[in-house]
Amino acid sequence: MSISVTIPKALDITAIRREFPILNREVKGRPLIYFDNAATSQKPRQVIEALVHYYSNQNANIHRGIHTLAEEATAAFELTRDAIQTFVGARFREEIIFTKGTTESINLVAYTWGRKNIQAGDEIIISTMEHHSNIVPWQILCEEKNAVLKVIPVNEVGELEVHEYEQMLGPKTRLVSIVQVSNALGTVNPIKQMSAMAHKYGALMLVDGAQSAVHLDIDVQDLDCDFFAFSAHKLYGPTGVGVLYGRKEILEAMPPFLGGGEMIKEVHFSKTTFNDLPYKFEGGTPNIGDVIAFRSAIEFIQSTGKEKIRRHEQDLLDYAHLELEKIPGLTIIGRAREKVSVISFVIAGAHPQDIGILLDNRGIALRTGHHCAQPLMDRYGIPGTARASFAVYNTRSEIDELVKGLQRIVKILA
Amino acid sequence: MSPDLSIAEIEKEIIEEFALFDSWDDKYEYIIDLGKRLAPLDPKYKTDEYRVRGCQSSVWLVADYVNGKLVYHADSDALIVKGLVSMLIRVLSGKTPDEIIEAKLDFIREIGMTTHLAQTRSNGLLNMVKQMKHYALAYKIKDPVPSKN
Repeated sequence: MSISVTIPKALDITAIRREFPILNREVKGRPLIYFDNAATSQKPRQVIEALVHYYSNQNANIHRGIHTLAEEATAAFELTRDAIQTFVGARFREEIIFTKGTTESINLVAYTWGRKNIQAGDEIIISTMEHHSNIVPWQILCEEKNAVLKVIPVNEVGELEVHEYEQMLGPKTRLVSIVQVSNALGTVNPIKQMSAMAHKYGALMLVDGAQSAVHLDIDVQDLDCDFFAFSAHKLYGPTGVGVLYGRKEILEAMPPFLGGGEMIKEVHFSKTTFNDLPYKFEGGTPNIGDVIAFRSAIEFIQSTGKEKIRRHEQDLLDYAHLELEKIPGLTIIGRAREKVSVISFVIAGAHPQDIGILLDNRGIALRTGHHCAQPLMDRYGIPGTARASFAVYNTRSEIDELVKGLQRIVKILA
Repeated sequence: MSPDLSIAEIEKEIIEEFALFDSWDDKYEYIIDLGKRLAPLDPKYKTDEYRVRGCQSSVWLVADYVNGKLVYHADSDALIVKGLVSMLIRVLSGKTPDEIIEAKLDFIREIGMTTHLAQTRSNGLLNMVKQMKHYALAYKIKDPVPSKN
């Protein structure tokens, strides 16, 4: 008997890089090194071509027209919904609502479910590592309803204090809204476990998947979350498209968000009835072209293989950790045991903004500042960090360039 | 501060200095050096009252009015911004309110630093220029006929 071991073939990064036209350009006379993927990823040719194809061949308003273009555009639009349903493992296609981004997805829940269900004294739980998009909508809601916003602390290495979370839960908890992967630290949070804890108290679980959807396998049924929000543009897709997954029975009981076209069944001055899911939440002409092109981004990820992408990004992350630590005065912020693709750091005596400007000068794009997570920066007592975040097209030699740049910067700024 | 030269003359000096550099690295190293050499600001002024807020870095700016002329003092927590601020002080400090209000400050563009005035940077340089002019305007209103006080 022979034992066969399958070693998955590694990705051909050179071939993948050829699919991203923007990687051919230079910045300040040097080849672009793009390490700002947690802000937005670059787009492969097939996504750009899908946009061009749509506007060149199919452009029409959807769901209403009976002409050929309207039918084709509608079919293409709805195909993306099917692709997303599979991508996140939803039971029903109508559980997938298109929005303009994660921020709108979260606000949709706050303004509809929240307004209807949250009462004075009720409690909503978020965490210290949330993006402002998952803080401010709940602050607004809590203020309006006289409800209480509770915040799970973060430990020194950048992990949620799950034990303290457990203590916070109680009969008044209505909603837990947590980021799956921190945009500033890269920490992967134990969503499945936290969701189960929330449900024990009858609270709903909203997951901010803005950073996780591109890296982790998403199965909303396995996570057992009630809402899952993410954006297309961080998944190699176009800007201006987001998704809200919601459990069907919860979405059905929710009042509509934006009143207007598409979301109605019948409008009379005496009474208006609302459309069925998912259209009830998609008032107004949606972002048709970008939704259609989003399917090409999903196909890009699936044909490349999420597991292979993840392994490549993990290699880059491990390598970056190793190399960056050699730089004198550099401290990595966020050392969670489970992390993806994000490395945040500060350098003693160097303002993150100076680091960002000087790296840009070498053609290296990374993000500096508070990453829209000021409470988290307060937690570490820093004004901000420099953050490199990796995608499938990044390479070890690009990290070498980053390290070279940083070594020089340390000398200049000292 | 170069009290004997006009604003336009000091701007010209700076433009000529920058013409000597052939790489961006050198330009930035020079700006950083200017930042490091800027006279320290009395810590009592490092409060929100004197803060010109930028998205990522902060600038603190104080203006005195001496013999009909403004004298600026400033600091920043980021070195490049501090260097840029140091150049603004070199150009504007020691000038009358009218001269400061009229100043075009074309040198920022001429030396290739327009990007620091761009919206994305929001680093406070634009706000800094505005604030320096506000001080000039405020003193002009307070003291319409410059007195030798």
